Amino acid sequence: MSETMTHDAHHEEHPGGIKRWLFTTNHKDIGTLYLWFSFIMFFVAGFMALVIRAELFQPGIQIVDPNFFNMMTTLHGLIMVFGAIMPAFVGLANWQIPMMIGAPDMALPRMNNWSFWILPFAATLLVAPMFMGGNFMAGQGPAFGWTFYEPLSGQYGHLAFFVFAVHLLGFSSIMGSINIIATILNMRAPGMTLMKMPLFVWTWLITAFLLIAVMPVLAGAVTMMLTDKYFGTTFFIAAGGGDPVLFQHVFWFFGHPEVYIMVLPAFGVISQIIPTFARKPLFGYASMVYATASIAFLSFIVWAHHMFTVGMPVAGELYFMYATVMIAVPTGVKVFNWATTMWRGSMTFETPMLWAIGSVFMFTFGGFTGLMLGVAPADFQYHDSYFVVAHFHYTLITGAWYGIIGGVMYWLPKWTGNMYSEKLGKTHFWLTAIAMNLTFFPMHFTGLAGMPRRTADYPLQFTQFNQLSSVGAYIFGFSQLILLYLIIKCIKGGKKATNEVWEGAEGLEWTLPSPAPYHSFNTAPEVK
Amino acid sequence: MSLKHNNIMTKGLVLLGLWLGGIGSSQAEYKLNFQEPVTAVAREIYDLHMLVIWICLGIAAVVFTMMIYSIINHRKSKGAVASDFHESAKVEVAWTIIPFIILIAVAIPATSTLIDIEDTSDSDLTVKVTGMQWKWKYDYGDGVSYISSLNAEHNRARQRNSGIDVTQIKNYLLEVDNELVIPVNKKVRFLVTSDDVIHSFWMPAFGVKKDAIPGYVNETWTRVEKTGIYRGQCAELCGKDHAFMPIVIRVVSDADYKIWFVRKKAEAEIAAAEASADKVWSKAELMAKGEDIYKGKGGCFGCHGIKGEGIATFPKLVGSAVTTGPAAEHMKTVVKGRPGTAMAAYANQLNDLELAAVITYERNAWGNNASIVQPADIKASR
Repeated sequence: MSETMTHDAHHEEHPGGIKRWLFTTNHKDIGTLYLWFSFIMFFVAGFMALVIRAELFQPGIQIVDPNFFNMMTTLHGLIMVFGAIMPAFVGLANWQIPMMIGAPDMALPRMNNWSFWILPFAATLLVAPMFMGGNFMAGQGPAFGWTFYEPLSGQYGHLAFFVFAVHLLGFSSIMGSINIIATILNMRAPGMTLMKMPLFVWTWLITAFLLIAVMPVLAGAVTMMLTDKYFGTTFFIAAGGGDPVLFQHVFWFFGHPEVYIMVLPAFGVISQIIPTFARKPLFGYASMVYATASIAFLSFIVWAHHMFTVGMPVAGELYFMYATVMIAVPTGVKVFNWATTMWRGSMTFETPMLWAIGSVFMFTFGGFTGLMLGVAPADFQYHDSYFVVAHFHYTLITGAWYGIIGGVMYWLPKWTGNMYSEKLGKTHFWLTAIAMNLTFFPMHFTGLAGMPRRTADYPLQFTQFNQLSSVGAYIFGFSQLILLYLIIKCIKGGKKATNEVWEGAEGLEWTLPSPAPYHSFNTAPEVK
Repeated sequence: MSLKHNNIMTKGLVLLGLWLGGIGSSQAEYKLNFQEPVTAVAREIYDLHMLVIWICLGIAAVVFTMMIYSIINHRKSKGAVASDFHESAKVEVAWTIIPFIILIAVAIPATSTLIDIEDTSDSDLTVKVTGMQWKWKYDYGDGVSYISSLNAEHNRARQRNSGIDVTQIKNYLLEVDNELVIPVNKKVRFLVTSDDVIHSFWMPAFGVKKDAIPGYVNETWTRVEKTGIYRGQCAELCGKDHAFMPIVIRVVSDADYKIWFVRKKAEAEIAAAEASADKVWSKAELMAKGEDIYKGKGGCFGCHGIKGEGIATFPKLVGSAVTTGPAAEHMKTVVKGRPGTAMAAYANQLNDLELAAVITYERNAWGNNASIVQPADIKASR
């Protein structure tokens, strides 16, 4: 490390301490900031989930009042989506994209700094109302669900805080995306054509375009909410000639691509990990790229499958049903590709591979329930029940979040120069995987039996499965402390990592020393 | 070692079984699948649901078996050597086309079921269902219209630290004061709307779920084949008491329905006559009636507290400017609501007498001491 520092000294100053982090324009520092921010938010939102599960451990209201409960479900969702999952992927992109395409840094380093440092302020604005007013337990924060449907959200007293938090998050995402697109399109090493890019880079390129397309739509939705509340407009207020359903159309036009924004980069990570540990090239590279692009395209034309019960005309329902189930085709292509990549490979099962395989199994399961939800007549029964909660936790935890953890484990030796403890990594994986299924699998049953989501209390026939879910959630939550310990331990020391780190690893990042130098590639490598 | 493991596993499974079966004795039974369908639509949905599940399980069997086989056999520790095959146009076309064909096979029955569900024509009876925070209003026309809220005993039990053991309450959270009553084997059309935020009218056994949206009147229908009492809940998050606005539908024979309707209509006429008579009520009468409405039908306590102390961001009524100030402002707030807040307009939910009573109660309970309000004042203020 000190060698690279002196090497860099002639053209860059490195302030120490807090200034290094405040003013940094280095893609690795910023990646680190993003990842730690995401990790903190993950624990904050995870703690909220534990409050939810504690209250739902038995019927009746024991711990928090319904309004506080609703605030917990709302903030858990919002913080996990905008504070934990999305920043984690931007963190991975910051660290990895320059190293994977043979660039020294990101294309727009100052904007990179800004797009990160907006986030803590956005998070503060989002949670600040919780602490307003005299009585904390009354729940002064947003309590209208992460989908903030009008007109319910319009009844919220501190709406402006929420709206500006979303605006800031949007700025951050858009700037992050511009940076990623500019970097990928302009800074690839000579010889690295688009169709030679690693899949993680491809999935992020497509994700970045999705973000740029939909974040302004979200900003538009919250701005209309703001003017409805404070400036007398009635975009979403029926009494003034507005339309509450319009809100849902606008929200889900953002919301459905958002789902793929959270999961496509994870597909990218899994597509890097599986070939490495199967010691065999990805079965169909080109078809993976096309499948990613198809999923991204389809994500724009299926939004109203989240709103089958709002009373659309039957023709609209039929269209959205057909378009939605179509997504199963490119998603299937991805799963088949991963399975055939493993087939007749020479597999080893280090921690990143466990996360990747776990993800393929369980995300596929979440995909099946997704197909079920896409079938409109059946969706009338599933909609807004715990079945949906089970479905999207299978896609977001075992899809997006498994991808993140798999990626962190995969690249951690490259970042720190040290190997992490396989024993801790595997313990963490298995505890998490078992607890995850214990928590969310029973929710399919409670949902089918008729338990609505977002309720602070429930009829007695749902007791048993809710207790299982609560036990699972606590095991899940506390298992994550192992991950925290593992990462700190790996940063502090451990067995030195080689440049290649993994026996079967291919790609430019593995040609760099471990830990990777401050500026990744000062001279562009040649890609054949 | 492995024996010990097996022991632990067996013990664990036995414990789990005991617990799942055992606690059922004091609590309702859990279920693994949809509630038993009692309409043709619910049955069609159930069949479709099972069809898709079997297809998914079939695909899962193929894909997961292949993956598990390669995880077991194609591992380096077993000396597997990686082959280098990749890209095969034939395979890739096949795994694009075959799922597509399967999807078409699902889409055909799904389309016909969907068209059935949305066909609300030729109904025998229409009931307008209005969602409001946090109760339902059922309107049959012809003067029969009433509000249905969570049963009062359940409502007490579900308060935090109520001291009541909810597991001893039959049908906890699924019991109301006024059920929706419909005749068996008749096509009943529901017109679903809302007075405030979005709710969702969900009756799982009927296969019916439709959002109640302010400014929209959605249509759905049912034809129930079996008499009995069916229970459901609001499905769309509608604020703090979302969990506490159940839907209970009593399905009766056609003859019983007619009797019920005539009785309900007579009751409504008597209540209306009482409310609109130009009678001047005493303070004690108004206070007694008002307390019933505050803690019952009106649901006022849900936000303002059982002692008017206020809950969360919802204002307290004890000593507040509205409840102790001029009656005109208080009446305006209750009758017309406060736009942009959760305070709904009660003009159509309560009659003049009920409004006068609850306003009087709020102005004179918990140490408040302000003027009383008569039904005639309400009529004048509308």
